[in-house]
Amino acid sequence: MKEPIIEARGVSKWYGAFQALKNINLTVAKGERIVICGPSGSGKSTLIRCFNRLESHQEGEIFVQGVRLHDKMENIAKVRTNIGMLFQDFNLFPHMTVLMNCMAGPMWVKGIAEQQAHETAMKFLERVKIPEQANKFPNQLSGGQQQRVAIARSLCMEPEIMLFDEPTSSLDPEMVSEVLETMTSLARDGMTMLCVTHEMGFARAVADRVIFMDFGEIIEQAPPNIFFEKPRFERTKLFLSQVLQH
Amino acid sequence: MLYSDTVETSKLVHKPWFAVVVFAVAFGLFFLLDLTGSMLGEIMRPVIGEPAQSGLYGRFAVAFVVAILFVLNVVLIGFLSLPAQVGVVWAELLILFLSFFYTFNLSFSFIAAKVPFMITQGVFTTLYVSAISIFIASAIAIVGAVAKLSNNGFAFAIASFYTSFFRGLPLLMQVYLIYLGLPQLGFIVGAVPAGVMALSLCYGAYMTEIFRAGIQSINRGQWEASRSMGFGFSLTMRRIILPQALPVIIPPTGNQFIAMLKDSSLVSVIGVWELMFLARTLGQKTFQHMEMLISAAMIYWILSICLELAQSRIERFFNKRTAR
Repeated sequence: MKEPIIEARGVSKWYGAFQALKNINLTVAKGERIVICGPSGSGKSTLIRCFNRLESHQEGEIFVQGVRLHDKMENIAKVRTNIGMLFQDFNLFPHMTVLMNCMAGPMWVKGIAEQQAHETAMKFLERVKIPEQANKFPNQLSGGQQQRVAIARSLCMEPEIMLFDEPTSSLDPEMVSEVLETMTSLARDGMTMLCVTHEMGFARAVADRVIFMDFGEIIEQAPPNIFFEKPRFERTKLFLSQVLQH
Repeated sequence: MLYSDTVETSKLVHKPWFAVVVFAVAFGLFFLLDLTGSMLGEIMRPVIGEPAQSGLYGRFAVAFVVAILFVLNVVLIGFLSLPAQVGVVWAELLILFLSFFYTFNLSFSFIAAKVPFMITQGVFTTLYVSAISIFIASAIAIVGAVAKLSNNGFAFAIASFYTSFFRGLPLLMQVYLIYLGLPQLGFIVGAVPAGVMALSLCYGAYMTEIFRAGIQSINRGQWEASRSMGFGFSLTMRRIILPQALPVIIPPTGNQFIAMLKDSSLVSVIGVWELMFLARTLGQKTFQHMEMLISAAMIYWILSICLELAQSRIERFFNKRTAR
């Protein structure tokens, strides 16, 4: 296996008395594409949000690029600039133009000159195929376009890892494919990706490994062909029969 | 605007029962008030004879005529277009008010002599005291709001104590406490700085709550997106949260500013020569209190109207920005 870029060892997390994550062990290699699926409330979003420390964990250890994530760390911003994150409802900054959304991170966090930030932003807006929308505001765009801007915004920080938290769940059906296409092209370029999604077609086509979670535990993980053809556990089979029947 | 259904219903004021009810209420009211002794009784002299001796008949006749005119007025206004209705009703109310003031037999020459000084000294002082205070109050409010939302117990305790204390005390008492209390500690403060301090602290407490609500109105996702890109707290606050919170914060802040403009009259008690102080003192020598009070009232009103207009301008600007 190649060098690990994310490592979780015995990670547990509670919201009050409710245990959201139970003893999670997961190693992600550089360049690996992982799809995490499972019923709602199974802890899949919580898990990937722990990897950029939007959530804290109470037990176990998480290492991202060798840096241990913990309560008292002072260089979390440095870790985060290396991890792009996509949200279900995009979370673009509505008071800035699309272009400014993409330039804000490089300029204000990395201290890159405006000229260069502009070039980078346009490069990635072209990459997600909406350079012509650069001067519009986010709410003038369709959901699919907004999510692609969000991808471009993350890419402008030139991260090594991308986390996707149900990026297509709040999109109209006809816009799902344009976002998935963009994600697929990212995968082809060797980006390390952790993707919480119900898009099983995407998982089959792109993932190196599919992880099934339920009740805060990793139930099953396998390469997609095995995961979909010969799932080992009843719960996985039941879940797959529910998401794949239509 | 309230929700108005697309199905047209006939106007309330044109329904016969409504007109009858209005007439009955108006007639009853005017009958009880007995308007025979007023100007209206004089006008009706040809019909009712000597007003003072007209008795029940005079009362009845005057009330009847006035009630008829009132209903007619209401019904006729009902036929106008919406802007015209607003204009006519405003004009009528204004005339009523002015005629109310007119009955005081005000000396207009006295007013004309004193108003310029009221404006150059009084309005000027009122405006700059209010403006400085609102500025300081806003600064306090940002810090206070952040402290109140933080999970630092120390900051939260100070901020909540501050808002509780300064919202809980009458502003007039704060003015006194600061002006008379600070010298006890060895700080001699002038009347204007003491007034500004009292207004800033009091309004800062109210505006802390406004800013807190504004910051809280921003979706959690904005914080998450911003922090996940490596933005620090203050960068997120300055560049992401506050700019979005402003449209929520500005309208109530405008209200606060209008309220402060009037509450700044309280600093007159410590001898600041602002509008209220002048209104009380200028007429004293010649016992022409009413003249000065009414002039000052009008000036306050005009200032407030100007601020209201400015506020609606600003609101429209922000609405345009977010409505895109």
